[in-house]
Amino acid sequence: MTTLDSSKEIKKNKSEASEHHEDFRMFGLITFLIADGMTFAGFFAAYLTYKAVNPLPDGAIYELELPIPTLNTILLLVSSATFHKAGKALLKNNNSDTQKWLIVTALLGITFLICQLFEYFNLPFGLTDNLFASTFYALTGFHGLHVTLGTLMILIISWQTRPKEGRITNQNMFPLEAVELYWHFVDGIWVILFIILYLL
Amino acid sequence: MTISIDSKDSNTKSLQPKGWLRYFSFSLDHKVIGIQYLVCGFLFYLIGGTLASAIRIELASPMSDFMPRDVYNQVLTLHGTIMIFLWIVPVVNGAFGNYLIPFYVGARDMAFPRLNAVAFWLIPPSGLMLVASYFVEGAAQAGWTAYPPLSITTPQSGQIIWIMSVLLLGGSSIFGGINFIATIIKLRRPGLKLMQLPMYCWAMLGTSLLVVLSTPVLAGTLILLSFDIVAHTGFFNPVLGGNVVVYQHLFWFYSHPAVYIMVLPAFGLVSEILPVHSRKPLFGYTTMVFSIMGIVVLGLVVWAHHMFTSGTPPWMRLFFTIATAFIAVPTGIKFFNWVATLWGGKISINSAMLFSCGFIINFVFGGITGVALAQVPFDIHVHDTYFVVAHFHYIVYGGTVFIIFSSIYHWFPKVTGKLMSEKLGILHFAITFIGFNLCFAPQHWLGLNGMPRRVAEYDPQFQFVNQISSVGALLMAMSTIPFLVNIFLSIKNGKDSGDNPWNALTPEWLTSSPPPVENWEGEAPLVEEPYGYGKPISQEN
Repeated sequence: MTTLDSSKEIKKNKSEASEHHEDFRMFGLITFLIADGMTFAGFFAAYLTYKAVNPLPDGAIYELELPIPTLNTILLLVSSATFHKAGKALLKNNNSDTQKWLIVTALLGITFLICQLFEYFNLPFGLTDNLFASTFYALTGFHGLHVTLGTLMILIISWQTRPKEGRITNQNMFPLEAVELYWHFVDGIWVILFIILYLL
Repeated sequence: MTISIDSKDSNTKSLQPKGWLRYFSFSLDHKVIGIQYLVCGFLFYLIGGTLASAIRIELASPMSDFMPRDVYNQVLTLHGTIMIFLWIVPVVNGAFGNYLIPFYVGARDMAFPRLNAVAFWLIPPSGLMLVASYFVEGAAQAGWTAYPPLSITTPQSGQIIWIMSVLLLGGSSIFGGINFIATIIKLRRPGLKLMQLPMYCWAMLGTSLLVVLSTPVLAGTLILLSFDIVAHTGFFNPVLGGNVVVYQHLFWFYSHPAVYIMVLPAFGLVSEILPVHSRKPLFGYTTMVFSIMGIVVLGLVVWAHHMFTSGTPPWMRLFFTIATAFIAVPTGIKFFNWVATLWGGKISINSAMLFSCGFIINFVFGGITGVALAQVPFDIHVHDTYFVVAHFHYIVYGGTVFIIFSSIYHWFPKVTGKLMSEKLGILHFAITFIGFNLCFAPQHWLGLNGMPRRVAEYDPQFQFVNQISSVGALLMAMSTIPFLVNIFLSIKNGKDSGDNPWNALTPEWLTSSPPPVENWEGEAPLVEEPYGYGKPISQEN
């Protein structure tokens, strides 16, 4: 218990201290997301190069169906909007609404992951079948990992926004804003991924 | 107008152990973390140096009689990886960056002290992991580049540990980069303009941009490579329809900027040291800043000059040759600026100055061979020969490591409040400089005559020149002794240096030596002219 108390103490001090100087945690997060985006950029570059120079061998199966990923795109875009709603509600100091919208967002994220798994199990190719199959699973898998982490973080902050006791309030919005930015980033990556993998 | 202290950190800091014990703790003080980076890096330098000596002993004779061929390959891989990822990158970025940047921007610590400590503490375990990978069955033997198909066909357990370790080190590097960018851009003391920052800040800003933009690509590449090894996918395996050249492109997209990640901070450090010891303002501050940023931009678009023999199409060869030749322009500007800084200055010949001048000489030589290597016809002739080894070591050892030593001599009084022995320092410089040039200059000749690199055995006609090179390597190994003796003697009985033994004007010298925990007793000084030497008479001795 003592460690918990002291960590609370430190957190209190932190929010007091952040009044003194500009808060640059968001700046750090944006820099990190640029770095994270570069990882995806590397994967996309590899995939596009393969597409340009490595023909699909005879007899190899690499076919994608559009309905599930289109549904997934809609799910993620809607979840971005619901997250935005959550932020708006917190600005109005309405914690219970914030929590509601966050849980909706998390549910959308979980649905996305379930759809993704459903697609995996119904595809006619596996991870090691051919180069494009491998690239497909690596790219969507790496993105799915980001969605999983994001969903977990949304669940955590939705617990932290619980009315009265939660540590995320109108005064301390950073955790919510940080996860929101991350979530929008993951959505944006999905849109690019959808265009490159499924539409091109 | 004060920069307020983050009270969370002052609370935790007061709980830190005092004295030398704090260097073994999870400290949040940027100065402690800087020294931790330096000492940890130096220990790995000793390991990597021992491996280098083993390589040169093996190469003293044409047959592989000192160690078997596969052991030679493993030693070579470990040497390259340790020196790059555990010595040069952490020390020239992490150690000096952490120690100096908060002083230079007038702050009490880095922007994210916790992230900073995490970034450091990722290094010792992943370094140990890397060294341990040597002792497992099938240690990594594909060189520091880990090119497939070599890395996926040779024994693989060591290669997987190698990948994990490099991924962690890359993560540490990215966290450090984020921290430096945030510190330099956001944590500047009020009133301090960007164009008043000491040059090392600019160098670290440029380096950190490269780290943040390119290291993640290496991480992604290594993840794909580990899939190839563990799950038998075929990203880089031609047998399964994959493409090895894609690996090379992705790898060099990181690893060419990595050369600038290793050498740009050294450019910054030498720009701090030269003005102090020649009592003149840094020549051409503005051109220096634009050169650094020019190198950052160009450094991101020249990677394929490492791949001229990989079936690169002609348009790509042309583009990358021209882009690489362009890098010589900002680099040349910096070189002339350093020479112009020295020109007509009141030069003190001390260890720091000697190592910096050694850097300028070696670096210009390595730079010229670099421009030569960028030309396709020449590159195809010397590709994968000892010419490349010589060029690379002229940049990273003759360039960066010389500056690391120069910086240690320059900032030792700052860290400890003691002076180092100049006699031992000059001895250290003499042995290092002679040993280094004896070791690597003959390798240009070897490469031009076609001796391939990374092979344990060679044609007997090359034996004599290889032996000269090996003698040089052993001299370099011995040069560490006067350095270590100097460090220990100076810490123990060094003369007190006072707060500012060099009469320097950069902000880190405007506090006590060693500095107090939060850097300044009162408000951070506003240094508008960090290189304003030669103006007030009272500043000069």
